[in-house]
Amino acid sequence: MGEWFTENGLLLGLAALDGLAYAALVFMVAVGLNLVFGVLRIVNVAHGSLFAIGAYTAASVGLLFAAWGLPPAAGFAALLLGTALVGGVLGPVIERGVLRRVYGQEEVLQLLVTFALFMILEDVQKLVWGVQPVSQDAPMKVLGTVEVPFGDDTIPFTVYQLFVLPGVALFTLLGLAWFLRRTLTGRVIVAVTTDKEAAMAMGIDAARVTLLTFTFGAALAALGGALASPTTSLVPGIGASTIVLSFAVVATAGLGQIEGAALTSLLIGLGRSAAVYFEPELEVVVPYLIMVAVLLVRPQGLFGVVEARRV
Amino acid sequence: MSRRAEALLALGGIAALVFTAWAAPWLRFVLTVALAKGLAVLGILLLLRAGQVSFGHAMFLALGAYTVAFAAPAVPETLVLLPAAALLAGGAGLLIGLFVVRYRDIFFGMLNLALSMVFYSVLEKFYAVTKGTDGIRMPNLSVAGVEPGSEAQGWIMFSLALGLALLCAVGVRAYLGSPMGQALAGIKTRETRLEFLGVPARRVLLFAYVLSAMMGGIAGALIAMTSRHVTPQLAYWTSSGELIFIGILGGAGSALGPFLGAVAFELVRVYAAAAVADAWQMILGGVLLAVILFAPGGLVGILSRRRRQA
Amino acid sequence: MSQPTDVSRRAAVLGAAASGALLWAGGEGARAQAAKPSELRIGITTFLSGPASVFGVPSRQAAELLIEQINRAGGIGGVPLRAFFVDEAPGADHLVGEYRRLVQNENVQVVFASISSGSCLACTPLSTEMRKTTLLWDCGTQRVFEEGKHPYAFRTQGYGTPEVLAPLLYLLKHKPDFRTLAVINQDYAWGRDSWELWKAGMDALKPGVRVVAEMFPRFNSTDFSTEITRLLATRPDVVLSTSWGGELVTLVRQATERRLFERSLFVLPVAEASMQSLGRTMPAGHIIGARGDHWNNHPKPKNPEAMKRFVDGYRQRFNEYPIYPCHHMAQAFSALQAAYAKAIAAKGGGWPNDAELADAFRGLTFDTPTSTITLREDGQGLEDQLVGLSSQGERFPFAVPRDMVIFPAAMVSTPVGQKSVDWLKSLKPDILAQVPAPIAG
Repeated sequence: MGEWFTENGLLLGLAALDGLAYAALVFMVAVGLNLVFGVLRIVNVAHGSLFAIGAYTAASVGLLFAAWGLPPAAGFAALLLGTALVGGVLGPVIERGVLRRVYGQEEVLQLLVTFALFMILEDVQKLVWGVQPVSQDAPMKVLGTVEVPFGDDTIPFTVYQLFVLPGVALFTLLGLAWFLRRTLTGRVIVAVTTDKEAAMAMGIDAARVTLLTFTFGAALAALGGALASPTTSLVPGIGASTIVLSFAVVATAGLGQIEGAALTSLLIGLGRSAAVYFEPELEVVVPYLIMVAVLLVRPQGLFGVVEARRV
Repeated sequence: MSRRAEALLALGGIAALVFTAWAAPWLRFVLTVALAKGLAVLGILLLLRAGQVSFGHAMFLALGAYTVAFAAPAVPETLVLLPAAALLAGGAGLLIGLFVVRYRDIFFGMLNLALSMVFYSVLEKFYAVTKGTDGIRMPNLSVAGVEPGSEAQGWIMFSLALGLALLCAVGVRAYLGSPMGQALAGIKTRETRLEFLGVPARRVLLFAYVLSAMMGGIAGALIAMTSRHVTPQLAYWTSSGELIFIGILGGAGSALGPFLGAVAFELVRVYAAAAVADAWQMILGGVLLAVILFAPGGLVGILSRRRRQA
Repeated sequence: MSQPTDVSRRAAVLGAAASGALLWAGGEGARAQAAKPSELRIGITTFLSGPASVFGVPSRQAAELLIEQINRAGGIGGVPLRAFFVDEAPGADHLVGEYRRLVQNENVQVVFASISSGSCLACTPLSTEMRKTTLLWDCGTQRVFEEGKHPYAFRTQGYGTPEVLAPLLYLLKHKPDFRTLAVINQDYAWGRDSWELWKAGMDALKPGVRVVAEMFPRFNSTDFSTEITRLLATRPDVVLSTSWGGELVTLVRQATERRLFERSLFVLPVAEASMQSLGRTMPAGHIIGARGDHWNNHPKPKNPEAMKRFVDGYRQRFNEYPIYPCHHMAQAFSALQAAYAKAIAAKGGGWPNDAELADAFRGLTFDTPTSTITLREDGQGLEDQLVGLSSQGERFPFAVPRDMVIFPAAMVSTPVGQKSVDWLKSLKPDILAQVPAPIAG
């Protein structure tokens, strides 16, 4: 066993670095879904579409800036602008326009509404941005690469993926934790997540809270997409592939638990990385194996609170 | 819906289906697949009664389909393959169910999703055995020892699907009327009180789960025998989503709902794809949205409301 | 004395019977007709949604452009063309139903199917069952004609085996002393098949190459960072990838950013369709293929004016250069015109029925702007393969090949009756002597 580690220790180190960057993106996308689920008790299938539209918008704004002759660093502003646009516009529109009409109905109906929205938004993406791959990688390129030592060799990593992505994810995690624990609005959200009826009995305006949380969740999804867009090229269908992973994270993390989402994302990221290096065929099933393993041991999720059985 | 209304609707539906299959041969195929999917959704209906949504039900469809695909070269007899698929899917349902019925709501749904995605990956990766995403082509099958021509084959599959659909619908109706079936609704409203009554909730749910798995397996076998080509796509999460879609479209109020929903879904998809080939997803999504917003009881809900008004 | 209700009921029954009979007759009648139709209906299946729409939508655009051109010139045999497009994306079971609808309800004369190999494998048996000529216009699986006989199916382009063997031979001539190789293919049938074909050929022609990594990232991956790190760490001489579309674009962008292209030689057999999206990002000096010979800078196309007309016409209309699915679509239409001309002539000016049309396709030779393609007796088309090294120049704002080798189809296609993998395993290194000299381009 020790022999294996000496032989492969360096590779494991590399795997950890890769896993961190991947985990950061998974977290950014899943945490919004987790928050929304905690408050609304709806698994928002359209979350994947918000991710994709956030990515496309950020890329388009970036390309626009480049066409106007702005410096490549303006690409970062493009990311934030894309997020704000999508979150601020689509979030309230979806919540007020569609979801509000189905509150109080069966959960499966609410879920299917989001599934219907997802299908519609997939075609909307195609109509607006076409089918050819869209790429805007200025934010990644402008930061360049860093050489990580690997035995006698060095491996170039992009600064963006090694530092910016995990940095933003960490910042988001800490920021959200502070927001939810220390501010009044945050604590109101936690209250509604824990027990909606009791919160409303206390005089909390649940309608406002759901609107706020959904918009916030949408913005986080869009931010995840915007952050992912410089590293990849955008084609129809990327929303669909991202959402399944986010589902797995939500179930594993525990309702509305952002620390759970962070830990799950880390587990998935590192697990997947290790698989690519040592057993590539397992790479695809790692998130699901982790989910099953966690739920076997802790049926309410990693940090989920055991709900008292209602009589 | 009253029993008489339901029976009339069922008879009318069967008559319409048979007429359409006779008048428009190309629709016969679509309707056979629709009936098969309706059968699978019947299983989802059982779970919906218990308030649980399974996101991975497509794995039982795929299990049934691949059982037939693997067994067919050795035993090309339809009347043997169908029960085999049902039994295998039911067995898998039992094994998986024992694990999964301990969970509720989102955990139930997501665990089913995870298992179906693992199954999808297995089907897709063991390329040497399953031919991966290319899929497996079905050889010619015999029915009761006779190998029919292609026209007759189409009619036989249609009749089989119709017959099995009728059988399972009647069976499910009886089951839902029985104490075990009624207990399902108890799981949805207040499971604790059910336990206080001495009814083992897990066992009730497990029974329903195994039944739904068997029906999913039969459905998968029918689809395999009709389309003559099975691909891992059958197990993908969007397949499961489609089944839930159909369940709500049809309405969970009656055993007829899944079939109404399935036929409507397939017809809408075919005509949407024919009319607007690059925006059919949007049209389907729009239809679903409209149904949920304005007719949450599904087609069954619309029909029973009209009858009550009339 | 008839009462209003009696009359209406009788009329209703008669009407229903009449319409039922008409529906039935319409379906039945169409199959036997050989009279000249008012329009030549073609069913075309392609990807109109999902990630493969990156091929499907341009191919549809090409089809619409070509139909317009053909109709303006009088159609085929004086009959105008009309296309019915079907999306492959929902899956094989949906496609099978759509095939039946196209044949029985829309009464198409020919079906063009499909981009996805799974779709083709599902449709070719239907072509035999319904006796409807089906042109496999884009799918690449070698299994279609090697695992069964399909008298009504014809592939108007090359397929996987030449598309993999040609770059392999190019590599063996360009860098004969490579010792290690890594593969990173998409995790689905094409990714697996193409690797199996490559490995069989490589082990036969250059045994002893060490495969340092076999990676099959999930289909639709948006991120290859981990795979790239592993490739950077293991430093293979050659990296093979048969990826396409957005994934290839992402792979190339991420790999160039981290300078993997400087460490390893890349072999990208189906890269042509992604060159425009990559623009100036594509590094020079790597082996690229086009699933055929229709590169925009083909050094000696058979019909330069036709080539220019097609490319310029497409560019003017759609603001981008055509990619190989567009060329494949053009090949299918070209074959269609040639087959009808042959069949009509054989029938002394009469319109061919389904069986006569299929006969016309057997052994057909038809022109493409770049060369000529012949359909073999098993239905497979023989298309030359053009492989070269990527290069950036002034003429195009994206990479095109230089030092091009045009592999004759017969040299790199499996002989009739053999299975590709078996044939590849039987290759001897003396095949390298037959490789033509590169053209600078």
